Amino acid sequence: MDTAFSQEELAFRDEVRAFIAKAYDAELQARLASGEPQVYKQAVVEWQKRLHEKGWIAPNWPVEHGGTGWDATRQFIYDSERAAAGVRDVVPFGLKMVGPVLYTFGTQAQKDRFLPAILASDEWWCQGYSEPGSGSDLASLKTKAVLDGDEYVVTGAKIWTTYAQFADWIFCLVRTSNEGKKQEGISFLLIDMKSPGVKVNPIVSIDNHHSLNEVEFNDVRVPVANRIGEENKGWTYAKALLAHERTSIAGVADTKRGLNLVREYAKREVNGGKSLLADPMFQVRMSDIEIELMALEFTELRVLAAVASGGAPGAESSLLKIKGTELQQAVQSLTMEVAAYYQGVLPNDLGAEQLGHEFGSKARQSYMYGRAATVYGGSNEVQKNIIAKAVLGL
Amino acid sequence: MNFEFTEEQIMLRDSVARFIQDEYDFDMRQQIAKSAQGISQDQWGTFAELGWLSIPFAEEHGGFGGSAVDVMLVMEQLGKGLVLEPYLATVLLFGGLLQKGASAPLQAKYIPKIIDGTCLGAFAYLERQSRYELADVASTASLKGSDYVLNGEKVVVLNGANADHAIVSARTSGGQSDESGISLFLIPLDAHGVQRLGYRMMDGQLVANLVFKDVAVPAAHLVGELDQGLALMQDVVMEANMALAAEALGIMEQLNSKTLEYTKTRKQFGVAIGSFQALQHRMVDTFMAYEQTKSLLYRAVCALTDDEEDAATAVHALKVMVDRAGKLIFSEAIQLHGGMGLTDELDIGHFAKRLMMINTTFGNGDHHQAQFNALRYN
Repeated sequence: MDTAFSQEELAFRDEVRAFIAKAYDAELQARLASGEPQVYKQAVVEWQKRLHEKGWIAPNWPVEHGGTGWDATRQFIYDSERAAAGVRDVVPFGLKMVGPVLYTFGTQAQKDRFLPAILASDEWWCQGYSEPGSGSDLASLKTKAVLDGDEYVVTGAKIWTTYAQFADWIFCLVRTSNEGKKQEGISFLLIDMKSPGVKVNPIVSIDNHHSLNEVEFNDVRVPVANRIGEENKGWTYAKALLAHERTSIAGVADTKRGLNLVREYAKREVNGGKSLLADPMFQVRMSDIEIELMALEFTELRVLAAVASGGAPGAESSLLKIKGTELQQAVQSLTMEVAAYYQGVLPNDLGAEQLGHEFGSKARQSYMYGRAATVYGGSNEVQKNIIAKAVLGL
Repeated sequence: MNFEFTEEQIMLRDSVARFIQDEYDFDMRQQIAKSAQGISQDQWGTFAELGWLSIPFAEEHGGFGGSAVDVMLVMEQLGKGLVLEPYLATVLLFGGLLQKGASAPLQAKYIPKIIDGTCLGAFAYLERQSRYELADVASTASLKGSDYVLNGEKVVVLNGANADHAIVSARTSGGQSDESGISLFLIPLDAHGVQRLGYRMMDGQLVANLVFKDVAVPAAHLVGELDQGLALMQDVVMEANMALAAEALGIMEQLNSKTLEYTKTRKQFGVAIGSFQALQHRMVDTFMAYEQTKSLLYRAVCALTDDEEDAATAVHALKVMVDRAGKLIFSEAIQLHGGMGLTDELDIGHFAKRLMMINTTFGNGDHHQAQFNALRYN
């Protein structure tokens, strides 16, 4: 048992630091912070293209499909450095979700058609899983696809679709059969968002922002060639994807960064003439989180190491999802406490200098939207059901 | 980065596990707990034969030269068996202080005796008023000629009732809570002026209060530097806390697996109670608490092995986690066992009581969280 970095690993860490310091420049950061949706989208794409150019866009992919071939330690180092520098992770829908499904279950033609554009961030993807009537009980989904010649005709609606307004493509679970178990009549389709009959309806969320949408499908025609794998076997492919998704949802490195920010903010915040960070009550709240996070960092390393030595992320990924999202919310909550009354500030054009405060509004936005983390990717209650069944054998 | 154990470590772990399974079941454990001595000399002799008592000691003294990982693996298994024999007190505390601080002649005299099982040791540091503060030492040792004369009282001394020797902290200078001025002395407990009062704790441990009245100690029995005993104590206690956490992890695993098994077989309302979601989610919580504790234990062990600066932070965090996770796990184990969980007959309560005592040994969760906060935020 050994977790010390080797000389080569330390050199790799320096390389990551140097790359981020240069490529993630101030001009790009300013555009990423923009409230203007198209400016934001273009900045995200540009950053991802820089990563792609460096060959680092897909750490979790196999080398033959354009991945980095990093072992668990290098993936951990990269992710830690990325988060510590305040760099957001890549948009997950193409690179972390449909990409792995494509290279694992797709035909050669599908791989050739879609993987290069995902790696190059030339096409933006979104995820069509949840429906107005199907949340935690995902397999009850009703959006139907009826075969007509060499096309499916898709009718129904998907909901909570993040960045559907930006997306070129959506990967969808659709019902192709009502026979047998509900999981057995589901197929996995790739649908062009420009297809006639696709309609995106915005949903403004609790953080006063628009990232969520409802996507309607009104007799949308989808070539059979855009089906992944076999008809009615889509659930199997989706399940494989979900384990990957849960592992990346844990977000340990980013939460660590968040906690470091809280620490910086609290150090500057004055409470009764003293730094808030010196307040014993605050210290206890802070270490309650930090201690759990120190543990979760090693839990994640244990899962990464197990995956690297041949295992697939299994039910442990549910543990990462539950604990990871709980801690994200705990950090967001603590940041709100530090912001005090400034947590209520709505987005405005006033600078920190005029306002007298710099992070209150952002803290509120993270906190409010952060409520989603324990809901999406399968609610934490569903994750507990999964652990109970798959790990505890109940 | 790897979380695998070497072949040697796996053999060591399995040999302790096999011993617990074959020679140290719960009935045997209870029989030993109820015996006059509270430990079994026969079992201790077996530990010596199997080489377990040699693990942390240097090879020059006949030791195994083992690492923190080896200690962790042994303690985890001892926890699973609720083993009463004084591995912590004799090998890790008494032996640890000798190994890290004693003069070569003292090491040569006592370490081989620990290894062959003929010396039972104790570390007498706790006083009535000192609670979890290692530096709070009122006992005194003053130089008289070439000897020291020791006066004072130590309480709840682990293995104090059975030990033949103890290493005792005493103040050689400074005020009662000063960090400097504490010295450690090796004292045979049959020395003139030593009184001992043995009593039992809820986890089956036989401890003692030791009263020292004008006890003469040769200067050669000083362990570590004069007045600089605190750092040595802290060093040994830090490793002991890791070992205690490993023992706790073994207990947590037992509680979780026994509870899970019980809910699969116990029927109410015509079905196994494990089919109820309300109970399933609670067992998922205890499973996660166990995994998180294991992760922090690994973190602490790696930090100790690599001698990292943040080893102390990691161990404080670990002890906080052991407190919180332990309480959650034993409370749920008792609750989910229903009425049976309240009986003395069932092992569940005994595992719970050992976890409670582990929490109070060398500082509870609140104490370690305060230490953690001081290191991280002050």
